[in-house]
Amino acid sequence: MSTGALLWRQFRFERRMFWRNPSAAFFNFALPLIFLFLIASVFGSKTKDLNTLVPGIAGLAVMTTTFTALAFNITFLREQGILKRVRGTPMPPVAYFGGLLANAVANAVVQVALVVVIGHVVYGLTWRHLDVLELAVFTLAGVVAFGSLGIAMSHAIPNFDAAPAYVNAVFLPMIFISGTFYSTSSLPGVLDAAARALPLKHVIDGLRAAIVTGSGIGHHVGALLALVAWSIGGVTLAVRFFRWE
Amino acid sequence: MVRERASDRRPVRLHGVAPGWHSGSVPEAAISVRDLRKSYGSVEAVRGISFDVARGEIFGLLGPNGAGKTTTVEILEGYRKRSGGDVSVLGSDPAARDRGLRKRVGIVLQSSGFYPRATVRESVEHMAAVYPAPRDPSETIALVGLEEKRDTRAGKLSGGQRRRLDLALALVGDPELIFLDEPTTGFDPAARRTAWGVVRKLKELGKTVLLTTHYLDEAQSLSDRVAIVKDGLLIAQGPPSELSADRARYRISYRRNGQLAQHETDDPTELLHRLTGEALERGERLEDLSVSRPTLEDVYLDLTSEEPS
Repeated sequence: MSTGALLWRQFRFERRMFWRNPSAAFFNFALPLIFLFLIASVFGSKTKDLNTLVPGIAGLAVMTTTFTALAFNITFLREQGILKRVRGTPMPPVAYFGGLLANAVANAVVQVALVVVIGHVVYGLTWRHLDVLELAVFTLAGVVAFGSLGIAMSHAIPNFDAAPAYVNAVFLPMIFISGTFYSTSSLPGVLDAAARALPLKHVIDGLRAAIVTGSGIGHHVGALLALVAWSIGGVTLAVRFFRWE
Repeated sequence: MVRERASDRRPVRLHGVAPGWHSGSVPEAAISVRDLRKSYGSVEAVRGISFDVARGEIFGLLGPNGAGKTTTVEILEGYRKRSGGDVSVLGSDPAARDRGLRKRVGIVLQSSGFYPRATVRESVEHMAAVYPAPRDPSETIALVGLEEKRDTRAGKLSGGQRRRLDLALALVGDPELIFLDEPTTGFDPAARRTAWGVVRKLKELGKTVLLTTHYLDEAQSLSDRVAIVKDGLLIAQGPPSELSADRARYRISYRRNGQLAQHETDDPTELLHRLTGEALERGERLEDLSVSRPTLEDVYLDLTSEEPS
């Protein structure tokens, strides 16, 4: 079987296993949507707030489906010795990890689409300014940056029991300063600088432009460059420190 | 306990380097290892090991924990890089991580996991797709005796069943050479007999097996030849029966006045004649009289004991 066919096969296998894992399905699919419903209910669904919340949840979904999911997944696969077994077979690493990544990307794409649709159908957010190309570009940029950072993160996690602590230490502060649930225009200077240095704010800014304001990619080159820089860093760390066992 | 040894006991054969190991001496060798060395920092885990495994042979690698067995096997499997020496597995250097070689080799690691939510059948079928000419997955599941569990998820299998799934995953690619690292650890006696049957079947199919085990009866029963590793060196190798023979051919034991007496000799006929003659003269019986061959376990314990012999 060719490498491409094996990658496709691995992807389909990962999809099947994903849906059999209730906790993975919950964290990847249900959690961002629960956040959306709860926050929209608690803080009211004024258009101004929804214009912040919907792209924020879309960005959160990109991060959970890639960064969080891959950091957990790779740690589990390594600790269980599954990576070591794969390494002893003729399975090309490109096909194996390609299948794993494609699974995460599929989750991210489906989640972003769901959030955009729910924002429109349930909360009446207009699609007048929706820029699908820009949406795809920033989703992809977020997936690459957070996916590679998730794999890099897994190298730092000593064992599966420690994974939630490591992941949340990064994940929770980042979602609170990056304008996921509320506007961060009045954030203290230090936190604002931190948010600008981290990738999530740039994903959300780009997604907001694509979903809400309709300002084109040309106005968000800085955010895109920041994500490219994080991707280069993430891929470098992910490859450089990769451990099979 | 009286423990006598025949005075003409021959010394144990020790190999630093075995005879006939000049370049290309065994063209049909599945595995060839020459002066293999591996250091971790300043610690030398393997300090110059050499052996050959012929095609179609079951070769047992024995030794205490930390002797260097697993390091040696993992170098042959391509998981670790050696520090020195030469290694050839089916004609290739495993350190090159050549995909073609991995198509011809099956590995049962000491511990490795499965996708817990994949069934036995799904796991085996998924693995089969990776190989160019796999065995039939159902037949492979039957070979290791997991038919009744084929629709059970891997995460729900017992320890012994997981080990059999390990074996199925290693065999489904129909490899020429199979590494078995402690394949029956945690098995009950019946499951071990079944697993031994599988290994013998592999031999009938002409496969080569490198077996690492802690069970000396397993090594003795399955292996054509064994090698004993201690402190990173190979201290003995040969067919199990010959290793035993090197020590002393026969052991005669009996009970006299409630005390166990043991003699080791190369000539049991003469010794038995003398012992029984003396007993008859005294008007005694030699209770629990038995003549046995020393087992591989005796040899192993003798060779690997910490006391200087």
